Amino acid sequence: MRPYLTSLWAIVAREALRFIHQRERFIAALVRPLIWLLVFAAGFRAALGLSIIPPYQTYITYETYIVPGLCGMVLLFNGMQSSLSLVYDREMGSMKLLLTSPMPRWWLLFCKLIGSTSISILQVYAFLAIAGAFGITMPAIGYVTVLPALIGAGVMLGALGLLLSSFIKQLENFAGVMNFVIFPMFFLSSALYPLWKMAESSELLYAICALNPFTQAVELIRFALYGQFNGIALFWTLIGAGTFTLLALWGYNPARTGLAKRG
Amino acid sequence: MKGIEVAQLSYSYGAKQALDDVSFAVEAGQFCALLGPNGAGKSTLFNLLTRLFTSPQGTIKIAGHSLNGSPRKALATLGIVFQQSTLDLDLSVHQNLKYFAALHGISGHKANMQIEASLEKLGMLERAGEKARLLNGGHRRRAEIARALIHNPSVLLLDEPTVGLDAAARASITDHVHQLCDDGTTVLWATHLTDEVRDEDRLIVLHQAHILADGLTKEIRGGSALKDKFLNLTGASA
Repeated sequence: MRPYLTSLWAIVAREALRFIHQRERFIAALVRPLIWLLVFAAGFRAALGLSIIPPYQTYITYETYIVPGLCGMVLLFNGMQSSLSLVYDREMGSMKLLLTSPMPRWWLLFCKLIGSTSISILQVYAFLAIAGAFGITMPAIGYVTVLPALIGAGVMLGALGLLLSSFIKQLENFAGVMNFVIFPMFFLSSALYPLWKMAESSELLYAICALNPFTQAVELIRFALYGQFNGIALFWTLIGAGTFTLLALWGYNPARTGLAKRG
Repeated sequence: MKGIEVAQLSYSYGAKQALDDVSFAVEAGQFCALLGPNGAGKSTLFNLLTRLFTSPQGTIKIAGHSLNGSPRKALATLGIVFQQSTLDLDLSVHQNLKYFAALHGISGHKANMQIEASLEKLGMLERAGEKARLLNGGHRRRAEIARALIHNPSVLLLDEPTVGLDAAARASITDHVHQLCDDGTTVLWATHLTDEVRDEDRLIVLHQAHILADGLTKEIRGGSALKDKFLNLTGASA
């Protein structure tokens, strides 16, 4: 068991070191949701009226509504960022070092996933702290109960990043991920508006939003931030995490890598 | 015991055959140069030997362990130096080696001891604390070879390790790696530079997916210079 823990610690520590070395990445990860929270939400506060929906028990401001979605945004962008760094690692060759280790490949990829999820969660807490400083706070218990939700959502989005990295051959292709993965996932979710609002506009868009695993991750976080448990959101988040992880492991299978190269 | 055994190995990229029914074996403790022009199939062979690729055709054994049947045992006995540098430039030499040791499940005091021994062997101990970014090309390569030796592998694979280095650094690294064979390490050294191969080395000439020659260098080259023999074998003009 010890070699497994040794490699886990080394990979997580390396992810953390890399993150510390990229200070601008940390700042960008915080500025992005804060702009949404402090600028976008302020502008849209009057335009978007919210009714009382679970887990809220009273009328809330729009800023309060979008906090869970912005936590999801931090996890989503960081998952994609770690995917980008995996593609970079492959182009630079350092991925070979990892994949030729005698530890099982699934374990090495799992360690990578744990590393990137840990970094994501730290960023979410930093975001929640700054939001709190601006007066947008959650119940105290919510900051504790949200942790398992952030782990589940972070693993799911990190696994999606891992999956994408196994199929993206070059860094240049990464712009497509922004257009075809991040933006649709974020906007077709309950991050910025409750789903009933979307249903009023289009039943089709509502159905897509409801099926979006990112919606489930956001709802899991939303309920957890209020100390409540959303079993359906947890179920679909775990299904998403499991599916993306299995597909990512398949994507990194050496036999498939060879096949893909034959192109 | 054989260090490396490759039998009837084939691999293709779509219609392009990269390796076609390649078989060879390298004795334990032998220095084997794999000589071939660019595009001969050397890197494909390395990708297969390191299990970055797998092929349904053929078998590979590393120190007696089948790469397909017991991949973890086979990889544990393998030290690898890739053509492209894989050092993290923001980390020190010691940190780079420590990370690698952890990937092999080696930690703590044992890792530090083995890192020290490995750096000592390559004359790099005094540079352990330097950031990889500050090292010159030759020292970076030496650090990578030291890294590949931390877990005491019985087989060392090096894929064109002297690319981009000056003559002095190339000679120094070639000497260091030849000395490793004296300790019983099997070495497979891929190159396209004939001056890195010595008369007493085992030589395999790979060209267009096939082995064209396999034997002792002095026997293969006969009375001519190795460079001329190599150009003659591969049909290239000097």
